[in-house]
Amino acid sequence: MRQDRRGTSRPALRFYVHVPYCAARCGYCDFNTYVPGEQGRGSRSQWRDAAVAEVAAARAALPVDPRPVASVFVGGGTPTLLPAADLGAVVARIAEEFGLTADAEVTVEANPENITPRLLDDLLTAGVNRLSIGMQSADPAVLAVLDRRHQRDGAVRAARLAALAGFDRVSLDLIYGTPGETDASWRDTVRTAIDTGVTHVSAYALKVEPGTALARQVAAGHVAPPDDDEAASRYEAADDMLTAAGLPWYEISNWAVPGHECRHNVGYWSGDDWWGVGPGAHSHLAGVRWWNVRHPTRWTAAVSGGEDPREGQEVLDADQRRTEQVMLGVRLAAGFDPDVLVGPGRRRTVAALARRGLLEPAGEREWRLTRRGRLLADAVTVELLQPVRSAATG
Amino acid sequence: MTTTPGSTDQSLIRNFCIIAHIDHGKSTLADRMLQATDLVSDREMRAQYLDRMDIERERGITIKSQAVRLPYRAVDGRTYVLNLIDTPGHVDFTYEVSRSLAACEGAVLLVDAAQGIEAQTLANLYLALENDLQIIPVLNKIDLPAAQPDKYAAELAHIIGCSPDDVLRVSAKTGAGVAELLEQIVADIPPPTGDPDAPARALIFDSVYDTYRGVVTYVRMVDGSLDHRQRIEMMSTGATHEALEVGVISPEPVPGDALAAGEVGYLITGVKDVRQSRVGDTVTTAAAGAAEALGGYQDPKPMVYSGLFPIDGSDYPVLRDALDKLKLNDAALVYEPETSTALGFGFRCGFLGLLHLEIVRERLEREFGLDLISTAPSVVYRVGMEDGTEHVVTNPSEFPDGKIAEVNEPIVRATVIAPSDYVGAIMELCQSRRGTLLGMDYLSSDRVELRYTLPLAEIVFDFFDALKSRTRGYASLDYEPAGEQVADLVKVDILLHGDAVDAFSAIVHRDRAYSYGVAMAGKLKELIPRQQFEVPIQAAIGSRVIARENIRAIRKDVLAKCYGGDISRKRKLLEKQKEGKKRMKMVGSVEVPQEAFIAALSTESDR
Repeated sequence: MRQDRRGTSRPALRFYVHVPYCAARCGYCDFNTYVPGEQGRGSRSQWRDAAVAEVAAARAALPVDPRPVASVFVGGGTPTLLPAADLGAVVARIAEEFGLTADAEVTVEANPENITPRLLDDLLTAGVNRLSIGMQSADPAVLAVLDRRHQRDGAVRAARLAALAGFDRVSLDLIYGTPGETDASWRDTVRTAIDTGVTHVSAYALKVEPGTALARQVAAGHVAPPDDDEAASRYEAADDMLTAAGLPWYEISNWAVPGHECRHNVGYWSGDDWWGVGPGAHSHLAGVRWWNVRHPTRWTAAVSGGEDPREGQEVLDADQRRTEQVMLGVRLAAGFDPDVLVGPGRRRTVAALARRGLLEPAGEREWRLTRRGRLLADAVTVELLQPVRSAATG
Repeated sequence: MTTTPGSTDQSLIRNFCIIAHIDHGKSTLADRMLQATDLVSDREMRAQYLDRMDIERERGITIKSQAVRLPYRAVDGRTYVLNLIDTPGHVDFTYEVSRSLAACEGAVLLVDAAQGIEAQTLANLYLALENDLQIIPVLNKIDLPAAQPDKYAAELAHIIGCSPDDVLRVSAKTGAGVAELLEQIVADIPPPTGDPDAPARALIFDSVYDTYRGVVTYVRMVDGSLDHRQRIEMMSTGATHEALEVGVISPEPVPGDALAAGEVGYLITGVKDVRQSRVGDTVTTAAAGAAEALGGYQDPKPMVYSGLFPIDGSDYPVLRDALDKLKLNDAALVYEPETSTALGFGFRCGFLGLLHLEIVRERLEREFGLDLISTAPSVVYRVGMEDGTEHVVTNPSEFPDGKIAEVNEPIVRATVIAPSDYVGAIMELCQSRRGTLLGMDYLSSDRVELRYTLPLAEIVFDFFDALKSRTRGYASLDYEPAGEQVADLVKVDILLHGDAVDAFSAIVHRDRAYSYGVAMAGKLKELIPRQQFEVPIQAAIGSRVIARENIRAIRKDVLAKCYGGDISRKRKLLEKQKEGKKRMKMVGSVEVPQEAFIAALSTESDR
């Protein structure tokens, strides 16, 4: 939360920018992304102009919003498939229309195989100050199952190049629970990530999303489905190793050297406002969520024609807002204040969850998940949202 | 001679019913007869006119009988009154069948020419013979390519002791042979011979609740007559009512002045509950009534009990009102409130048999919009204790603790008819259900009748299904109560995390207890989702555990990623889980989804 000029507290304003292109689709991925041949002709070259136009449209929609932008996150897809100057043009337009805060965080997602010293220089020039690199694994067998195009050393090399180029905030993304992974190979992956010296690591359990190539392979019996118990063990191993290396958890799936947390993402979990630019991008502004049309051609056509690119929206009622606040708040190590819960049983619910080893105090008023609680966060959230029932049985 | 209702000459009356197996074409034949006597125009002809309820029409079976008066001009030039009394066609309703038969002088034995006689038909035929009914054997569906009229005519002749040439051949579908059948009915079935001048005696063979009219009672006048506006008396209870309306069904109700000896018709007294007008009871006049009732009356006796629980606990009052309404039309349905720790508030209901249970349950769901769980059907046990006291147990969870001297269970005498190829399979099945072979007869060169004594409890679950699957659908089954036997029975409890789940307790033979326990524990392990702690599932006889399974604790349920674009989807997922939790029942500290109870109670694959 920041204080604006009128002295009332308002959430920060952020921008998400979606680049919907990949060189090839990874077998596990269900993101809104397109490989060559899938998108319309010329759409990639039109992306920059359309993205810039949507930023201008955002300003037109918020003509008197006094907030400078606190963070920009360029995700994908593979943003680094585009020239850094294209990304820079969008960041520049955001700065021009809204201004950036003095400490604004500007992140770009990158695949190891695209990272070159030249690209890194161009990104720095474009105002990018944080890199998030999709390493996924150090196990060649796992990378093969995931259809990733880089080799074991690719991410290590990319992280070193980034540090050399002057990026002091670099994150590595990891995936655990992939078929073929072992406890040992996972520990090797985490160790490799730590040894690069990066200050931020995200680790996600592999989930088989419907409609993906991986889902078809699992359904056909060619690949064993990920096992939740194994995933839990891998999570605990990663948490132990990262914590020992000086990167404690700050969100269920994120670990960082204190001060190096991703402020943009923390904004999502804290109820900040953000404008999502690009096809399929989601936005949130003061309790209203909307999302753009998914296909790049349709999005480009709408934005270039001065039309609203959004496909749908929802206005959150008080109940939905509370659900989100709890569901997102519990993910953070900073914890949540039980007063956001309703009903006379809320304190007993929290006490009951603490007794069962799922919650622990995080501050004067705040509570947070224990490690066991982090793995069972959905059950904890559902219970927190039903204080009356828990009061009766707990 | 007159054929006006209320003064029909008895010599012109023929009272008969049709004995047939499900699907052998009884309703179609009845439709043909209605058409042949010009009672129903083709335009009004609704397929299978006599089966009124939706469930009956859909299942092609008759639950409640009706009686229709058909004026028929015979070849001899005289107009006769044919009263066709429709009979229920299922083993659960044997008593109602017997009362319908008692209202007739003759019966058309209708058998599918492609399938031959079935066990229920045979049982009803024996009932008809016991009632001294004139039998007219008829093969139906002779138009079917698969029909074997010569073979089955010989079979029928063998069973009832006539010549194969006496067996009529008809097709109710095309109408072939129906005219001959009507002539045969006039010629062969004797007219009624009641005393028109004696005090009135009428046999109630059916009693139906109608929302607008109250209870409509179907009667066969045996002696004397009943007049419109006369005061009448139900002889089993001594209750008196005014006959607000008397009449005949032809095929819609036609009010008249009276019902005379030999006639079949209805009467309405304004009572609202079929229990006031019981099947098998005798109606007489309140003044100068008959001294002695017609024989054969019995109180309906439930054979099978089951707990019915609303899935949504707030539907309990709806269920109570629905049962109160059904009871008006179903003298055999009994129920009382029951509380289950696992299933909440519901009713313990008694039924004549499994079909009766299924029909009641289906009507509750269909006509009253209820979602129900029914517990495994249980029979009535008498448990004698060593201290000399006795408990009647209709619910396994009420099986007494302590020193038991002996347990009595109901048994039935069952008849199975099947092609002789399947004798081995049937014997094996009956053996595994603790059956005792009483006898075996060849009905024809390749069809066999087997007679067994079986514990009722062994057939109330899935016996019929098992029989059908072992005989590729060819076997038919009938059974009737045959008293009780002492058996080595025990109660098996199922414990979840140490708490007994009352809905899963079962009374089983000691030799079967272990396999029941293992199967039930295994099934629940599959059905109950993992909890945040390890949940042992145990099967126990008293305090002795005979089987055990473990549901491992769940370690991880969270989706690892939740960024800007995931938030709406994730919130909806949680809202769904929150709703799902409302459908969970707490058994101690274990959350069990309703679906698990339903699945565990609905299948009996453990045998």
